[in-house]
Amino acid sequence: MDLKLGHYNKDGIEVVDVEGEIDVYTAPRLRELLIDLVNKNNYQLVVNMEKVEFLDSTGLGVLVGGLKRVRAHDGSLDLVCTQERILKIFRITGLTKVFGIHNTVDEAIAAKKSEK
Amino acid sequence: MATVEVTFTPLPAHVRTARLVATAVARRSGVNEALLDEVRLAVGEACSRAVEAHRRHCPAEPVKIEMTDQGERFVVVVSDHAPTTTAGSVGANGHAVSQGTAPGAAAVVQSADDPGIPAGFGLAVISGLADDVRVSSTSSGVSVRMSWPSAAPTA
Repeated sequence: MDLKLGHYNKDGIEVVDVEGEIDVYTAPRLRELLIDLVNKNNYQLVVNMEKVEFLDSTGLGVLVGGLKRVRAHDGSLDLVCTQERILKIFRITGLTKVFGIHNTVDEAIAAKKSEK
Repeated sequence: MATVEVTFTPLPAHVRTARLVATAVARRSGVNEALLDEVRLAVGEACSRAVEAHRRHCPAEPVKIEMTDQGERFVVVVSDHAPTTTAGSVGANGHAVSQGTAPGAAAVVQSADDPGIPAGFGLAVISGLADDVRVSSTSSGVSVRMSWPSAAPTA
């Protein structure tokens, strides 16, 4: 399955919906979207990965790159993911300690608001 | 002789095809359903690494995958023909890699730069997925051999 991307603003936080497979072929599109959002002054991001079917280290690199970009503006990038097969690669790489990972978009937004 | 052998042009779009083939052959070889996601991810990582190496050094050369049912083990070997500077055990881009240990998360964030992550990261992920991983380098390229337990295939 190809990659489908969408985004919307909710309570001042930009939510990125990702659906499909994030790999060496599709990850550049996600990277371009994250760069575009940051260039448009969106520094509070939530990436909803509930419909992601596959994620490899290339995709992880894009997410880490996005995190670095928003952090440069005192922002943050949180994830929404409950799928065990996707969470596993975050655990293997130790990135569960780097990203805020939430069960729902609302939970992620609430967590970001409480940080402010 | 490999049960299934695939060669493909080193293009990122073909990595997905390689993953799908490897998963199908693993299932046919009797690899437990619970392990198929690991096979898919590990083969994808190995192919991504090989594709990147070929695109830098030899874009006209195909990447090769050999999948073999050895009875109690399902073995996948992903081979590239990109030149390496050192022989022996190597990571992505020919850098040394400590197998079974992913780079520290803080270090990854510190060094990550689009489009990538530190050299060897993909191989470290593979090491976390397959219980038997061997990476070897020869003058003709790097070979990543991975295996998983399998049951005898049905007729």
